[in-house]
Amino acid sequence: MGELVQELADRIVADNPDLSEVTLVGIRSRGSHLARRIAERILKSVGQTVSVGILDITLYRDDLRARIDQPELVRTEIPGPVEGRNIILVDDVLFTGRTIRAALDGIMDLGRARKIQLAVLVDRGHRELPIRANYTGKYIRTTLDQTVRVRFAEEGDEDGVLVREIRTP
Amino acid sequence: MSRIIKGGRVIDPANGIDRVCDLEIDKGRIVRTGRGLSGERVVDANGLWVLPGLIDMHVHLREPGYEYKETIETGSRAAAAGGFTAVACMANTDPVNDNGSVTDFIVSQARRYAAVRIYPIGAMTEGLKGEQLAEIGEMKTRGVVALSDDGTTAMNAEVMRRGMEYARTFGLPVIAHCDDLNLSRKGVVHEGAASMRLGLPGIPDAAEACIVARDILLAELTGAALHVAHVSSRRSVELIRGAKERGVAVTAEVTPHHLTLTDAALLEYEYDTNLKVNPPLRTEADRQSLIQGLCDGTLDAVASDHAPHNIAEKEVEFEKAAFGMIGLETSLSLLLRLVHAGTLTPAQLVQVMAVAPSRILGVPGGTLGKGADADVALVDPERVFSVDAETLLSRSRNTPFGGWELKGKAVCTLHRGKTVYADREWKKQHKVSS
Amino acid sequence: MAWGKRKDLLGIEDLSRDEMESILDTAESFKEVSLREIKKVPTLRGTTIVNLFLEPSTRTRTSFELAGKRLSADVINVSAASSSLLKGESLKDMAWNIEAMNTDILVVRHSAAGAAQFLSRVLGCSVINGGDGAHEHPTQALLDLFSIRERKKQIEGLTVTIIGDIAHSRVALSNILALQKMGAHVRIAGPATMIPLGVASLGVEVTYDMDAAIEGADVIMMLRIQKERQGGHLFPSIREYATHFGLNQRRLRGAKKDLLIMHPGPINRGVEISPEVADGPYSIILDQVTNGVAVRMAILFLYSGAAQ
Repeated sequence: MGELVQELADRIVADNPDLSEVTLVGIRSRGSHLARRIAERILKSVGQTVSVGILDITLYRDDLRARIDQPELVRTEIPGPVEGRNIILVDDVLFTGRTIRAALDGIMDLGRARKIQLAVLVDRGHRELPIRANYTGKYIRTTLDQTVRVRFAEEGDEDGVLVREIRTP
Repeated sequence: MSRIIKGGRVIDPANGIDRVCDLEIDKGRIVRTGRGLSGERVVDANGLWVLPGLIDMHVHLREPGYEYKETIETGSRAAAAGGFTAVACMANTDPVNDNGSVTDFIVSQARRYAAVRIYPIGAMTEGLKGEQLAEIGEMKTRGVVALSDDGTTAMNAEVMRRGMEYARTFGLPVIAHCDDLNLSRKGVVHEGAASMRLGLPGIPDAAEACIVARDILLAELTGAALHVAHVSSRRSVELIRGAKERGVAVTAEVTPHHLTLTDAALLEYEYDTNLKVNPPLRTEADRQSLIQGLCDGTLDAVASDHAPHNIAEKEVEFEKAAFGMIGLETSLSLLLRLVHAGTLTPAQLVQVMAVAPSRILGVPGGTLGKGADADVALVDPERVFSVDAETLLSRSRNTPFGGWELKGKAVCTLHRGKTVYADREWKKQHKVSS
Repeated sequence: MAWGKRKDLLGIEDLSRDEMESILDTAESFKEVSLREIKKVPTLRGTTIVNLFLEPSTRTRTSFELAGKRLSADVINVSAASSSLLKGESLKDMAWNIEAMNTDILVVRHSAAGAAQFLSRVLGCSVINGGDGAHEHPTQALLDLFSIRERKKQIEGLTVTIIGDIAHSRVALSNILALQKMGAHVRIAGPATMIPLGVASLGVEVTYDMDAAIEGADVIMMLRIQKERQGGHLFPSIREYATHFGLNQRRLRGAKKDLLIMHPGPINRGVEISPEVADGPYSIILDQVTNGVAVRMAILFLYSGAAQ
């Protein structure tokens, strides 16, 4: 997993010559772990500090009304204004694209960014919206009967990517 | 054609009887009690209590004027189903029973449609306004048995004094609804912890006790027979007890709901408007005091204050809802809870539900003595049933006891020897011929 | 803590401390939304909220309306003047009609205690109590908790004094219950005519003395005095009330340095609170108004999921 993160960091550095304009915005909650790690790698490799923010997309989800239990809401914390920035959304897994759709709405409500890009650790396919990542760590071919879970040491697990069959009753 | 009620426990405190025996009825009258009696028709009363017909001295039958709530006919059927053979109906009808023609109307409706005896109570003041005395003498000749401005209180003490004096002239008791209208103002429940929690305007217990005290003093002054209606608070019980010790001619009644419920029920049932009654349900200390007062004779009688209201008057905001609950069909069963708990003896139950009301009102009944009208209630003390508000015989449904499991009820009620109520299940088992 | 499945918010009485904290935490996120340039999120798009205000109120109604609109819900206001209640329709019929229009959340303000309970029994949609008679005003208490917590970090252990007509105040009852559940020490003060008879059962400290009321208090909540009651039996005159129970600079001499002064509004300047105190350094009265929107957004958000 360390290699994948390094690869993402390298490509972001290569594609964005002015890193002072970049804000890495992790999508709660695993995307934010990833964003922080990417920022650490960039600092190590090129000695530049990249600002990191956190975005909670709960309020922008399109499936809220269908749920019975409301999800816990956490604060969105983005340092400085979004206006004119080069925002790179960061998430662990890209699947249907709905989370990213919500995140785009969320970012746009915070201000008019100059540019919004997307970095993901894993792309597992099965898109339901026309969304594609600018930076992808790894493509994994999956079926709809599988779940993909990225584990982070920050959450008390061992780092790793887990693909599992959903047990059908 | 004589009828024998066989093998029941005959409880007739007026004649000092409480034993298993038979009761013979003929031509609408009691012939005798004894063992091994025989007659043409026999009703098996094994396991049942045989009581003098119960008398509810405080009901609202709503006729004339509010026939959508209750009529003399429906109310009397509800009464029969509750083991009652006589009820006294309050004057707050429309028009108010404050003159002889309204009394006449009630008496004639009763003669035509009622299943049990109906005793009209006349208003003490015109229109229940507490200002001018009603035509009491006139009403007396048409059949009123007592006077009352029930539902309100004559706040002018002089009016109350003159009312009592005038009533005394005609030998009528005055039934006082004791409520200081200034103290109770907009109140809808007892003022205390529950009213505060519910944010509802309260009626302090002093609103009742102040007037109880006043009316006791006026009874002392005038020598009139005072009967305090629906006593609800400990303070009132203490005042009445003190007055009786002094020898004042005061009697009092208590309702089954004040003996059973407290204002805590309002919190439990969250603003159930069926719990909105006047006087309000009070605290547990008050309830215990009422039970004590009933047992020691301070409170003479139990009366239901049966107050039917249409659902439209109850399914509204609590503060807007009408006061009152129906009670004729649950009264006996609620009192039997006290008997089953060992608090009250069966003979005391008959005393407070039949003997005392007949004496206070000066009407026949309350006895199974030889020659008396055969007003009889057969009660199955062990019968367990669930109160179903929808199947009650009253025209209204405003009871908070719907769904309550109660033990003991009337299974057959005879009025002048005629069956005016027979429980369906009991009838099936006993194949009663009537 | 994840939010449960409550349908209605009828009173603080029903809420646990955890649930209240969950509402406050959620409200923090919504406060952030309120500070943005675009103060709107699409969360409740397609949700219909009816504000049924059968008693005059500008503040609470506006606050709920803004909260609903910032969540992109469709918000309709029905007021006493425009309602068919004046034409004799019963509250039940009126509520049924409102629900028949596929309302998801009904916010109700009514002069009768228990009105919200009554509606929750007859309706399937979520019912939020916006104040019922002298019973409860739960959203006010929650926004007050939020405002205190924002300044003091925690509520547990604080001494909070509520001054005014406790007996006839839904704000007082909801706040007493809420503050006690959060572990605060509650003190109430006012003339005895305004202290409810059943107060002993609440377990609050009662005082009739203003200096004792202020001494050691971390927070003072002033209640609005209803001028209409002047000349009734609760107090003889506005002047006398202001002299004996009004909060002014002089009385605050013995107060804690980090005291917070609150008022649910609208203020009667010069009656229960003097202008220099209302606008002074201790006052967080305007914070309360700002926070009211965030807290109501949180409530609408949390209760929206439970509607049938």
